[in-house]
Amino acid sequence: MRLTVNGTEHVLDLDPRTTLLDALREHLGLTGAKKGCDHGQCGACTVLLDGRRVNSCLLLAIAHQDSHVTTIEGLDGHPVQRGFLEHDGFQCGYCTPGQICSAVGMLDEVDRGWPSAAADDDPLSDAEIRERMSGNLCRCGAYPHMVPAIRQAAGR
Amino acid sequence: MKTFAYRTAVTPADGLEPGAVFLAGGTNLVDLMKLGVATPDVLVDVNKLPLDEIADLPGGGLRIGAGARNSDVAADPRVRRDFPVLSEALLAGASGQLRNVATTGGNLLQRTRCRYFMDASKPCNKHTPGSGCPARDGDHRDLAILGASASCVATHPSDMAVALAALGATVRVDGPAGRRVIPVTGLHRLPGDTPERDTVLEHGELITAVEVPPLPFAHRSTYRKARDRASYAFAVGSVAAALDVHDGVVRDVRLAWGAVAHRPWRAFAAEERLRGRPATRAEFTAAADVELAAAEPLRDNAYKINLLRRMTTAVLERLAEGARR
Ligand SMILES: Cc1cc2nc3c(=O)[nH]c(=O)nc-3n(C[C@H](O)[C@H](O)[C@H](O)COP(=O)(O)OP(=O)(O)OC[C@H]3O[C@@H](n4cnc5c(N)ncnc54)[C@H](O)[C@@H]3O)c2cc1C
Ligand code: SF4
Ligand code: FES
Ligand code: FES
Repeated sequence: MRLTVNGTEHVLDLDPRTTLLDALREHLGLTGAKKGCDHGQCGACTVLLDGRRVNSCLLLAIAHQDSHVTTIEGLDGHPVQRGFLEHDGFQCGYCTPGQICSAVGMLDEVDRGWPSAAADDDPLSDAEIRERMSGNLCRCGAYPHMVPAIRQAAGR
Repeated sequence: MKTFAYRTAVTPADGLEPGAVFLAGGTNLVDLMKLGVATPDVLVDVNKLPLDEIADLPGGGLRIGAGARNSDVAADPRVRRDFPVLSEALLAGASGQLRNVATTGGNLLQRTRCRYFMDASKPCNKHTPGSGCPARDGDHRDLAILGASASCVATHPSDMAVALAALGATVRVDGPAGRRVIPVTGLHRLPGDTPERDTVLEHGELITAVEVPPLPFAHRSTYRKARDRASYAFAVGSVAAALDVHDGVVRDVRLAWGAVAHRPWRAFAAEERLRGRPATRAEFTAAADVELAAAEPLRDNAYKINLLRRMTTAVLERLAEGARR
């Protein structure tokens, strides 16, 4: 099967059961995306699929051969990465690649005017950022520093 | 995970070979396959079918393709303006990542989150007919208070489906035996003594679209969800409602509840009771109680009765206040 990751097309011989996450980590050596729960519950495996954030642990690689995948390795010095560094948006770092990919996808959703359940007037208020990022858990509880990191990346 | 063959669907009427299932976003199916609860021989991928359009219907309704992603439906300007309850219900469910992948069809057909169902090593009449229902005497805090049976007390976990039930939406189905239209309120079965069947769909029937009929007063509609944490958790109870008040009197109302039954629960009896009555707090509570009279709670989920009574009252009060302004 084919997989296009960070701009490069790969041809792989994979079992149809292989998830996108396992294809990235085990077969392409891209270990940035992490396996936390493997059931869509933690967000550690978040990557961008045609620009939209998704949980790669619940996607079968075989079903996404025509898509473009962007992983944390493909985000080179993105403003969200700088925001996380400057605001100390992590402790152990395990959830961080997923948090950053998720934030990149989330800021694009905000730009497109997508609503969230927080329903604040300001789509980048603390409550909005927390709600929009609620699909990413952090065992270390580094959330308070991620909120300003993400807001800074949005140019605020 | 058991091994399977993979193919893409060519037309909606293709149907399914024995042992095959449709793959949409996969956010529920792949999860259940990993858990060994779903063990299909063949996955038929429907993502390449052109079923993701959201189109206007004459008179102000919408046809939402079965492949339309939950996030796209929630963000659609027509949905937000004319049927806010649907946008709010979608946004109350899952996470940004999951909604980007989850489809309208898959969301309707997602399976219960009953913990015994999701554990292939446990008995469960839904995954292994005849093996028993450990939830009835075990962990059933999140499970049904309405329409359950001795065989199964599971709930349908979707938020979106509750909004669609309130809006009187219908489901368009295609398959080898032809096309048909099913009301959302009649799509899911009550468990009875065959809880292994969630819905009235036959093997190989594909949902192609959901149609939301025009409902002018639904521009004043809303969804409220109670759950164990502030976000990213399934409901323990939820309310979808639309209210039409004129001169302080309820002209029309739509009310549905989530996380209380094996299907999204349209509160027909409560609606009936409210029409023509004053739009007051006492009447709202009385209407909820008419519907809740049929509740048969289990040891640990009787709290849902009071929860639903209070949430329903609060939601209808808020909608009535909006109408006064
Ligand atoms: C961690 C987590 C949290 C979640 N929280 C919530 C929540 O709070 N609220 C909520 O409502 N949901 C929640 N969900 C569930 C999520 O909404 C569903 O998994 C999703 O909507 C399913 O859609 P899908 O397209 O991925 O379906 P799939 O997983 O692809 O399919 C689900 C089922 O539907 C069948 N199917 C799919 N499309 C069709 C079709 N067109 N015709 C016939 N059959 C079809 C499949 O064969 C399968 O049996 C959560 C899920 C996870 C993993
Ligand atoms: S409630 Fe239904 S799904 Fe849960 S264990 Fe009982 S039979 Fe299985
Ligand atoms: S590893 Fe994918 S969501 Fe946890
Ligand atoms: S920084 Fe350790 S899990 Fe988030």
